[in-house]
Amino acid sequence: MVSRVPFYTTIAILILLGISLAVTRHIQLGIPFWPGEQKQAWLIEARVDFVSSNQPVLASLNLPQNPPGFTLINELAASPGYGFAIIENDGHRRGEWSKNLANGQQTLYYKVQLIPDTERSILTDNERPIARTVLWSESESIAAMDILRQAESKASSPESLTRELLRLLRNPEPGQNTALLLTNHSVSSALDKLLNQSGVPTRVSVGLYLEDARRRQGLTPMIEVFTNDRWIVFDPQTGHQGLPDNLLLWQRGGDSLLDVVGGQNSRVSFSMIEQTLPSIELAQSQFAGQGLSWLGVHTLPIEEQSMFKLLFLLPLGAMVVVFMRIIIGLKTSGTFMPILIALAFLQTSLGLGLISFISIVAMGLVIRTWLSRLNLLLVSRIATLVVLVVFLVSLLSLVGYQLGFSTGMTITFFPMIIIAWTIERMSILWEEEGPKQVFVQGGGSLLVAVLAYLVMQLPVLGHLTFNFPELNFVILALIMLMGQYTGYKLSELRRFRAMLEQK
Amino acid sequence: MRWASPFKLHEAGILGMNCRNVDFIGRYNLRRFYPLVDDKLKTKLLAEEYGVATPALISVVRTQHEISHVEERLMQLEKFAMKPSRGSGGKGILVITGRRDEFFVKSSGVEMSLEDIKRHLTNTLAGLYSLRGNPDVAIIEDLIEFDDTFEGYSYEGVPDIRIIVFRGYPVMAMLRLATHKSDGKANLHQGAVGVGLDIATGRSLKAVQFAIPIEQHPDTGKRLIDMHIPDWKEMLLLASRCYEMSNLGYIGTDIVLDKSRGAQLLELNARPGLSIQVANGRGLLPRLRHIEKIRKPHRTAEARVAYAMETFSADGL
Repeated sequence: MVSRVPFYTTIAILILLGISLAVTRHIQLGIPFWPGEQKQAWLIEARVDFVSSNQPVLASLNLPQNPPGFTLINELAASPGYGFAIIENDGHRRGEWSKNLANGQQTLYYKVQLIPDTERSILTDNERPIARTVLWSESESIAAMDILRQAESKASSPESLTRELLRLLRNPEPGQNTALLLTNHSVSSALDKLLNQSGVPTRVSVGLYLEDARRRQGLTPMIEVFTNDRWIVFDPQTGHQGLPDNLLLWQRGGDSLLDVVGGQNSRVSFSMIEQTLPSIELAQSQFAGQGLSWLGVHTLPIEEQSMFKLLFLLPLGAMVVVFMRIIIGLKTSGTFMPILIALAFLQTSLGLGLISFISIVAMGLVIRTWLSRLNLLLVSRIATLVVLVVFLVSLLSLVGYQLGFSTGMTITFFPMIIIAWTIERMSILWEEEGPKQVFVQGGGSLLVAVLAYLVMQLPVLGHLTFNFPELNFVILALIMLMGQYTGYKLSELRRFRAMLEQK
Repeated sequence: MRWASPFKLHEAGILGMNCRNVDFIGRYNLRRFYPLVDDKLKTKLLAEEYGVATPALISVVRTQHEISHVEERLMQLEKFAMKPSRGSGGKGILVITGRRDEFFVKSSGVEMSLEDIKRHLTNTLAGLYSLRGNPDVAIIEDLIEFDDTFEGYSYEGVPDIRIIVFRGYPVMAMLRLATHKSDGKANLHQGAVGVGLDIATGRSLKAVQFAIPIEQHPDTGKRLIDMHIPDWKEMLLLASRCYEMSNLGYIGTDIVLDKSRGAQLLELNARPGLSIQVANGRGLLPRLRHIEKIRKPHRTAEARVAYAMETFSADGL
């Protein structure tokens, strides 16, 4: 006996390779295993308005930079007549619009698409910030000292200090000291100053609460407190601690949100909309050019992609044919003719494809009987059939069109040469083995074709083979495995049953 | 019972198609020797070289223009057989058994003109009867006059004996008789009668048509049980010699018995069918596995035939 070890090793390697590559790419690139999987995404539009009077304009807007809890997948600035650039500086990103001469009301747009990403919610910082020195007016200074003393007596950590200060500042019946501070300061800036005075580094950030289909929203100031090597977010309005799921930190610390040189009455407002996007599209735009993405066919132009979509279905069809012939033992006319017919069905639709295929072959058979009387040489006979099949198909399309079936045109997807050969083979079969064999083999071919079609049109399988071409290794392994099957075919269980009965 | 259990089939030693293809044809038949078998002309020339008896070659028609040259030759012949060199399943075989004036008389009694024969030659050359429709060559050879033993056993067509030869050992044999239903053809699935033959004696074991046991020929009414093939050992020897000649480990040999010249090799088949098992009422697998286990195969055809006749008796393996 020949050793089967190398063979089964190859099979195992193929299967492992296919599955592990697919899983790796699924994890690394987020390509979903299931078609139609959807992910929530936010489309946010920042609108900058200002008035300019015949002067050069430079508008600069702070843009979100790795906002915690979100992943930026797409951004775009649309403003006619303006040059746009994104400038990264000191950990901040700013979008800069410029124009030589602008006059009147100006509107600039910046759109950004984000998807929630819970893995990115930790607010660490590489640099260790230092508390700023704080300047108060004389009366405020005493009040601040008083409030701090009051809060510090109850607090044990920067977080509890912040909570305590917030409680004091947000007290509906403020004490004398708090009232004094709040006459010249907002809650957030008072809190910011008090914390820094106490030696706790902070920064003032602005965030955007995301709610579906809101327009003209403003940003909410937030206080970030640095403790234990991480930033903790407090909402000074609500006193809430931690980063809410629906809060996008647009700007963290740093300079102004919007600078406009050469314009007046500038303001920025935000609109947002919640979208559901197919995960597959997100994965494509999010991870383009990363890791194993070069393995996918998404890098190809769309036209080639659609060709590959069909191409990668072929192994599946081949597997169906191998299964039906080796395990089931179905007779087909022409080994892989059923796949080609099934591919044609994919383009036409099953019912129409079946009707047109059967009618063309039937008409072809009638013509072929007449041809056989002409005693032509084989090649010329087949060529004649090819030409006649072209005529038949055109005729059917025309008739279909006249009858109002625009789908008549899709018959042209059938491989003409294959049909011509099928007719030739069927006709010889008819003459030699009788009509019964024609129906057995023709029916077998059609059955396999329909099965292959049913398998190939499954959205899941189409999705898997196209997005994970490496899974075709698994199909290859299965096909090779079936090539080693030495058991009985299903049809043989019937064929030889009489032998057992007689015993 | 509509379906047989695969385990019971295996127990009965029945060889399935997948097993035949992978374990026997794939392992013992080297691809490069196939053309010798698939091309009847090559088989015939090879057989003549190895001294294996085969119907004498009268003429070969290779190209269309040779057809006109062969005319004169044909007119001189009383009877002959004409076949495509690479035909499959007995297609395109023309048997002329006599002459009536200008006409040639087919075995069925139908008359053919010279024009008809020329058209048949054209079709053969164009590949109408060959595997995959490839262009072919036509062979004209001596007609077999089958032995009187078979008188009345076959309806039209020639009764031939199929012997499966594995590594040179004849392992199973059957007699194939054409019927009206099989249209003169010897293929069992087309309705020909298969008579299983005992390797040890050449006596018939059982007869089947469409896998159903029968006792008489459906058309001629001749009893098929208790048949005895004359010159049985000579026939097995002829089959066994085909192993050295073809270099193929697993072959089906088709042999006919000629009245005056004895056993003649008609053709070889590198992918012999499985219905021989049905005609014999037993599976091939135990015999094949037995031969497979032989460490030192016998050198000569005589020794192999003797071994097979001893081992594969009706009551034995």
